[in-house]
Amino acid sequence: MKKRRNYNLIFGCAITAFMIALIVLGFFWTPYSPTAMDASARSDGPSLQHILGTDNFGRDIFSRVLEGAGTTLIIAASTVAIGLVLGIFIGAFTGYYGGWVDEVLMRISDVITAFPSVLMAMVLISLLGTGKYNIIIALSILFIPSFARVVRSEFAKQKQLDYVRAAKLMGANDLRIMFVHILPNVIPVLLSAVAIGFNNAVLAEASMSFLGIGVQPPDPSLGRMLSESQSFLSDAPWYPLSSGITIVLLILGFGLISDGLGGGKGDA
Amino acid sequence: MAEKVLEVNNVSVEYSAGGVLTRGKIQHAVKNVSFRVEKGEILGLVGESGCGKSSLSKAILGMIPYTGEIIHHTPRPQMVFQDPYGSLNPSKTIGWIVEEPLRLYGKYDKAERRRRVLEMLERVGLGGDFAKRYPRELSGGQRQRVSIAAALIRRPRFIIADEPVSALDVTIQAQILELLREVHREKELSYLFISHDLNVIYQLCDRVMVMKDGEIIEQGTVDEIFDNPKEKYTKKLLESM
Repeated sequence: MKKRRNYNLIFGCAITAFMIALIVLGFFWTPYSPTAMDASARSDGPSLQHILGTDNFGRDIFSRVLEGAGTTLIIAASTVAIGLVLGIFIGAFTGYYGGWVDEVLMRISDVITAFPSVLMAMVLISLLGTGKYNIIIALSILFIPSFARVVRSEFAKQKQLDYVRAAKLMGANDLRIMFVHILPNVIPVLLSAVAIGFNNAVLAEASMSFLGIGVQPPDPSLGRMLSESQSFLSDAPWYPLSSGITIVLLILGFGLISDGLGGGKGDA
Repeated sequence: MAEKVLEVNNVSVEYSAGGVLTRGKIQHAVKNVSFRVEKGEILGLVGESGCGKSSLSKAILGMIPYTGEIIHHTPRPQMVFQDPYGSLNPSKTIGWIVEEPLRLYGKYDKAERRRRVLEMLERVGLGGDFAKRYPRELSGGQRQRVSIAAALIRRPRFIIADEPVSALDVTIQAQILELLREVHREKELSYLFISHDLNVIYQLCDRVMVMKDGEIIEQGTVDEIFDNPKEKYTKKLLESM
C-alpha cells in the first residue's frame, strides 16, 4: 500500500493551530486595549506600533481582530458543541430504532434544512432577540439536523452488523450498544462533519453580525468589524482586509482539515 | 431420555416483501419446523443459501419474530457468526471484546475478568498478547478464534454457529473445526452447527438436519444421512460433495 502524505490535513492543522494559538493569546493579552482610542493615530496604515494599522477611531486593529476572532470562535465552538451533542442523541435514537419517530424527526429536519440557514436564523433571532447567547441558541438549533443526519445514517448502517447482534446476545442493553459499542465507530465520520460544521458556524456568525442581527456592541466580532469597516475599503484597506482575511484563514484551516479527514478515510 | 437444551416446536418465520404502505406477498422463510437439541450433541443444519437456515437461527435467538414454540433449557445461548469481519467491533481491542460478556454479567471484579480473558485467549490458541490488538490487525481465522472466545467466556451450555468456517480457507477451516471439537469435549457444550458444506458437517456433527425451502425434509444421525439418504434432494447434495 502506497502511503501518500495528507497535505490537506497537514496544512489545515497548521493554519488552524496558528489561528487558535493567536486567538487564545488574545484572551489573555492584546498589544493594546481593543477599545482604547488614540486620536493621534486615526486610520494609520500598518506599522511597527500597530502591525495591522488602526481604525477610524485610532483603535489598534490587531487587538480588535484578536478579540473579535475570540468571540467568533467561542460562538462557533459552542454552536458546534451543542448541535453535536443533541445531534448525536437524536441521530443515535432515530438511526437505531427507526420507525415512525425516525420518520417524524427526519421530516422536521427536512423542514429546517429546506429554508436558507441565514433566513431561519433571522426568524429565530427575531423570536429570541439579539445577543451573543441567543445567536448560539439559534445556530445550534439550525445545526442539529446536519449532525443528526450523519449520526443517524451511520447508526442505521452499523446496527445491521454482526458485532451489534453479538452485543445483544451477550445481554448489553440498547443504551450500552448505542453509546459504548456503536458510537466509537461513528466518530471518524463525525470528525469531518464537525470540521464542516465549524466552518458553517463561523460563516453564519460572521454573516449574521454583518447584517446587524448577530453580536451587538460592545462585543466585537469578525462579522461586525467587517460590516463597520466596509466604508473604509478605499481609504484604509487594511481595516476590512484584516478581519476578512482572518475569517478566510479560520475557514480555510477547518475546510482543509475536513477534506483531509475525508480523503484519508479510504486508506485506513 | 437424554437432557434437552433446546426444543423447537412448529416454528414458522414469515416476512412480507414491501414497505409500510405497500403490503407485499407474505413469504415463509421457515415453515413449521420442529426439532430438539440434546445435551452434549452437535446437531448440523445443512441446506443451500437462502433455504432459511439463518432465519431459523435468528428466531431461536429471538432476533426476529416467529410463530410456534421455542423452549430454551439453558440460559443465554451464544452465537458464532459467519463473517469474521463484521462480528468484531472494529473500534475495540480483542481484550475488550472478550471481556465484554463478563463485564455485562457483573459478577467478577476487574482483575478476575482480566485473568479469565487471558486464560480464554490462551485456550483458543491466540495467547495473551492479542488482548491489546485490534480486529483489523488479525486474519480471518484469528478473528473467528476471538468470536469463539467471546462466545465461550460466560461458559454457555449451548452455542449456535452460523457458517463459522465458510469465510475461511481450507487449512484454517480445519483448525477452527478442531478448536470447536476440543472445546465441545472439554466444556460439555451442545452446538447447532449451520453450514451449506456437507464436508464440514460430516467432520463435526453427530446428527444432521437437511433443510430445503424453509422445511426440514430429512433428519438423522450423520451415518444414516450420509450412507442411506432417503430424499432425492439429500442425494443430490451428497453427490455434489
